[in-house]
Amino acid sequence: MAIEAVVDDGVVKDAKSAGTLFRGFEIILQGRDPRDANRLTQRICGVCPTAHATASALCLDDAFGLTNKLPDNAKLLRALILGSNFLQSHILHFYHLAALDYVDAVGAVGDLAPFVPRYEGDYRVSGKVNAELVNHYLKALDIRRKCQEMLSIFGGKMPHSVGIVPGGVTEKPTEDKITNFLWRLNEIRDFVDNIYIPDVVAVAKAYSDYFEIGGGCKRLLAYGGFDLPPRLLVPLPRLASGDTGAGEDKSGGKLFKSAVVSTNLKPEPFAKENITEDVKHSWYADSGSGKNPAKGETKPDTKKKQAYSFIKSPRYKGLVCELGPLARMVSNYVQNDAKTKELVDSLLGQVGAGVDALFSVLGRHAARALESKLVADAMVDWLTQLKPDEPAIVDSEIPEEGEGAGLTEAPRGAVGHWMTIKNKKIDRYQVITPTAWNASPKDDKGQPGAVEQAIIGTKVKDKENPFELVRIVRAFDPCLACSVHLLDFRGNRLGIFKVV
Amino acid sequence: MGTKVYPVIWLQGAGCTGCSVSVLNAVSPKIQNLLLDELVPGHQLNLLFHATIMAGQGEPVIEVLKDTEKNRKGGYILVVEGAIPTAEGGIYGSIGEKDGKHLTILESVQDLGRNALLTIAVGTCATFGGIPAAKPNPTGCKGVKEVFAENGIGTPVVNLPGCPLHPEWFTGTVSIILFSGADALDLDDLARPKLFYGKLIHENCPRRADFDKGKFAKKLGDEGCLYELGCKGHYTYADCSLRQWNNGVSWCVKAGSPCIGCVEPTFPDGTSPMYEKVTFEELTWSQK
Repeated sequence: MAIEAVVDDGVVKDAKSAGTLFRGFEIILQGRDPRDANRLTQRICGVCPTAHATASALCLDDAFGLTNKLPDNAKLLRALILGSNFLQSHILHFYHLAALDYVDAVGAVGDLAPFVPRYEGDYRVSGKVNAELVNHYLKALDIRRKCQEMLSIFGGKMPHSVGIVPGGVTEKPTEDKITNFLWRLNEIRDFVDNIYIPDVVAVAKAYSDYFEIGGGCKRLLAYGGFDLPPRLLVPLPRLASGDTGAGEDKSGGKLFKSAVVSTNLKPEPFAKENITEDVKHSWYADSGSGKNPAKGETKPDTKKKQAYSFIKSPRYKGLVCELGPLARMVSNYVQNDAKTKELVDSLLGQVGAGVDALFSVLGRHAARALESKLVADAMVDWLTQLKPDEPAIVDSEIPEEGEGAGLTEAPRGAVGHWMTIKNKKIDRYQVITPTAWNASPKDDKGQPGAVEQAIIGTKVKDKENPFELVRIVRAFDPCLACSVHLLDFRGNRLGIFKVV
Repeated sequence: MGTKVYPVIWLQGAGCTGCSVSVLNAVSPKIQNLLLDELVPGHQLNLLFHATIMAGQGEPVIEVLKDTEKNRKGGYILVVEGAIPTAEGGIYGSIGEKDGKHLTILESVQDLGRNALLTIAVGTCATFGGIPAAKPNPTGCKGVKEVFAENGIGTPVVNLPGCPLHPEWFTGTVSIILFSGADALDLDDLARPKLFYGKLIHENCPRRADFDKGKFAKKLGDEGCLYELGCKGHYTYADCSLRQWNNGVSWCVKAGSPCIGCVEPTFPDGTSPMYEKVTFEELTWSQK
């Protein structure tokens, strides 16, 4: 991924976000056994494969007529597997992909690859606090690995888990596995509560001006995710941290509520039929522009003059949206989810900011950290609802013809899979990743994508070290390694800046 | 006595970063040890370039590539993750810019490969093309060895397939190189270390006794051998059934899911449909 920003008089006037890799999954999937999509699409992303496993399984459940037949154990195990992946991805993102923009690793450990080369000039934490943050970078490597190990108890292995399949989950929830999972989870919860969230608060206090930049399109979209069975109230086990977990009654539904939310904080109901994908500025044939993914197509055309990306431009009712932890937390917040409100209000109180400040670079990091706690605590609750030795899967058959859609939430934002089956084979498969939404190029109407909008208008203090731009892009957690290119208003290159 | 340092450049092509994430899951040694410590006494890696985990941005990191290629000729290890898109001059995958133009994966893997001491292809995409090279291979993806052969690059290639590869296949291979030198790697005719890829999954499968007794799972979630549900462990060469995954917690067959043959040179086309029983021909065919 590459970002090209045109800077005039120290301010970004225009930006282009470009996907620089095309593999053609949707083309490769055509003609294959529909069940294989569940294994193949995980390979779209090695950081969040279980989100694609979940989306493709939901899509296949839909096409196979299984959606209302899933055992409670299936929903709970899927949620536990996906939840584990959220935790590893969020911890990896903050500590290993983003923190080195704010924390002075060189000051703590010296001039060592992979900590050098880097930007110079704006590291604002020092001394003991800085050394502690660098220690947490190393500790977080262990914790994120342990998230993967926990996931494997029911998911089989990571990356590219095997547990989630159409009809449910192949592994059985036995008492020994539940306890094993619980105590791994408690170690991770301890890290989230006592290290991750306090570290985000420490960074937010030192860089409070980043509550004011990178706002972008300010229209948030959550498809909703973590489908749960109706919940029985059971006493939760007491934990090392003294917290008894999620606690509230829920009558099924989803952990994350779907909605479209703008700065007026009024949730608008979401319907998947309102999604379209433009391709005017993408290297795909124009005949496919403006289609709903259920009818979408993927025909590469690398000769198109005005195109600059392999990413299409997904839009909701024709409008640009931002997806991710911020969208989910705000969606839950404005729909009065008690635990979300408590977490968000508490953090905003600690840093002395209002809800408006969430639409920012630091708002995205804060939402990601708080969401980690929301998910981790809910996972304790899900574990206790598993029914040991009862089935977690129903048998299924491939229909002659069928259609399906599977929408859920991935760590970096909502993800959707759409498929059509003909003669028991995949006729059409379409995937919209969260990064396609966030890092999309301009659409047919010329509206810049979410990351592009977040950069345009930003003041760049030091052209040699454009911290502002890399911090904005990275806060979105794009799933592709990315570079930022700066141009002056005549188009002369000022430098290339990598972001991950 | 000084430490012998091996500079490492880790390039990412048409892949998913899953092999990098898998190496982050390494346990003994941990990723911290791989990055910061003498991996074996007197020998240490120095990861100069990795797009995902390095702190750096911008011009300086592209300079690292140029500098390594020129000034450390024959002295660095190149690791390649992901396949190499070759259609239309490599336009389907670029990793940055050089001289104002797209720097394609195809070009950089050749430039860096030509001057490397050794290339390690990690994962099935980099070794054999993998999923991006699956039918109809829309971007002309190929494995590293094939690209080297077509362009007269003689640098030796070690293949560590797997989708993703097991972290210990990587740390184990590097240990052999650091302890005893690359010549000590005992490779098969597909350039895979026999130590990790020498035996069939089926040979050491915990469900092997079920197969021998004729106890077969009829649907996912059942007890018994997964042969009738499409398990490819009968012709797949890797040590998953012994080593297991994620610090020994589980692996595909233990979790009730058939092996999909993800390490095989024919993956995924030759190992699909994944849930259909392997044929008698496939069962009796042997690549060794």
